[in-house]
Amino acid sequence: MKSDKKEVKKVSPQVSHRRAKLTLWQKLNRQSTAGFVCVFPFTFGFFAFTLIPVIMSLYYSFTIFDTLSAPKFIGLQNYITLFSNDARFLKSLGVTFFFTFTSVPLRLVFALFVAMILVKATKISAIYRAVYYLPSIIGGSVAVAILWKRMFATDGVLNTILNSFFGLFGIDSSFDYAWLGSTNTAIWTLVILAVWQFGSSMLIFLSAIKQIPTSYYEAADVDGTSKYRQFFSITLPLLTPTVFFNLIMQMINGFLAFTQCYIITQGKPLDSTLFYTVYMYEKSFKDYAMGYGSAMAWIMLIIIGVITLLLFKTKKFWVVGEGEQ
Amino acid sequence: MKKKKTIGRIIYHVLVSAFGFLMVYPLLWMVMSSFKESNTIFRTASSLIPEKFTFANYATGWRGFTGITFATFFKNSMVISVIATIGSVFSSAIVAYGFTRSKFKGRGFLFTCMLVSMMLPFQVIMIPQFIWFKQLGWVGTYLPLIAPYFFGQGFFIFMIMGFMEGIPTELDEAAKIDGCSYYGIFGRIMLPLIVPSMVTAGIFSFMWRWDDFLAALLYISDPVKYPISIALKLFSDPGSTSDYGAMFAMATVSIVPAVLIFIFFQKYLVDGIANTGLKG
Repeated sequence: MKSDKKEVKKVSPQVSHRRAKLTLWQKLNRQSTAGFVCVFPFTFGFFAFTLIPVIMSLYYSFTIFDTLSAPKFIGLQNYITLFSNDARFLKSLGVTFFFTFTSVPLRLVFALFVAMILVKATKISAIYRAVYYLPSIIGGSVAVAILWKRMFATDGVLNTILNSFFGLFGIDSSFDYAWLGSTNTAIWTLVILAVWQFGSSMLIFLSAIKQIPTSYYEAADVDGTSKYRQFFSITLPLLTPTVFFNLIMQMINGFLAFTQCYIITQGKPLDSTLFYTVYMYEKSFKDYAMGYGSAMAWIMLIIIGVITLLLFKTKKFWVVGEGEQ
Repeated sequence: MKKKKTIGRIIYHVLVSAFGFLMVYPLLWMVMSSFKESNTIFRTASSLIPEKFTFANYATGWRGFTGITFATFFKNSMVISVIATIGSVFSSAIVAYGFTRSKFKGRGFLFTCMLVSMMLPFQVIMIPQFIWFKQLGWVGTYLPLIAPYFFGQGFFIFMIMGFMEGIPTELDEAAKIDGCSYYGIFGRIMLPLIVPSMVTAGIFSFMWRWDDFLAALLYISDPVKYPISIALKLFSDPGSTSDYGAMFAMATVSIVPAVLIFIFFQKYLVDGIANTGLKG
């Protein structure tokens, strides 16, 4: 068999020398051409639906554009207005930062905690895993957003459950707290919804924990190290690359959160839950300030880029396996 | 010693299942409430079991609004999700094949483009895309929700590439000797072998498209064409209904596909997340 293959390889260069006589099909079938042909759908799609829109977006961000008349170039005016004369923009930026920097770390800690509990293999751990993972499969849906709105309403589930809980002890509490109506609590209902969807991070942690060689723990056991110490000296350091990857992906997604805010709070009360993307949507598609919206899109892109870069810069200080290189 | 271990195990299981129950409680509550009589839902919110088990909410909810039933919305979502998913999975597979099994000019550059497209948020390009599709006359049709997925999706290309790299190139060479063309190798050798990774990609694609809200919000304004996500949002708006039973019934209907996938394809979901970090 092997000798056959060698013979073919020797022959093929001679064949390709006779290029002039190749038919169109043979040309298309050359490995280098064929690869390009296969990748062509992506190339076309990337230019048409991604690259050209990105460039257009940058151009629009320097214009006034209401989609009815041609864009009018105004230089940096949109950016200047955003930062110097748009309190709602600054507010939405603050809210989004707050949301991202609370929900992402909380979710990761939570995911790791649950992963550590579930890593212990029992006969029904697959069922536990499924139960904990279910919320993150449907958590992003409109159905859950609607449910969340009703849960935290004045006459909603949470207040009713609190009342009947206190009722058990004979205390007549009449909770009618407006969780979604208060500037203190409204944002936290969205944070809780995000943290609740910890399932996919948990699965990633579970598979990373299982890849840690058991010999490490055996050696630690021989030395009489406590389980507690083992977690902080073996498990956690070896998981830092996983944490790093999750942190970046989820930070980006945190900044882009839209549906939950749009359906549950719509930025209310007093813009205390106004997400960046919701404000951008309102500006671009309600007020038809497309140039203004494009400037917001670019600011968002720059912020995401800077945060990703900063995280990469800090990588060598805390991600194991990076320091030595 | 053995007794102590048993007690520890019991405590572990009690705590883990209690906590698990708490995690799925909101979903359970929604599903159970949809079977309660609509006017008793909030009075009996602290109890999961309906006083009187009824399907009436499903009947009223299914009627939808402005004369359009939820059957239409459900069908619309199915059409969008299934077509976009088929396009996405097959185009991603063939692009992945081109990237893994050929060295052509510009491969490195295009590969970088793919990584960029994976990281680039939809929100950044949504405005120019909207203008672009408006000029093409696509606004109000399903094309903006479907067409962009027929050109390969970065995440899936990347995932299928990883899978293809594990397939020995000897297979390709053997087929080539037997006279199989480069494209024939893809159809006859590769495609059957990468089915597991395509199933994973298909599941994620379907669920993402099913839940997609923002794009539908931008492009679809005719109620007859609403996908279920938009219909549900309007159905729940104050004014259009205060029938919470019907609302929860339709919300439950809308998560049925995701739950079915969760039940029957759990292995693929778990593999997809654990190995490639796709978000669920």
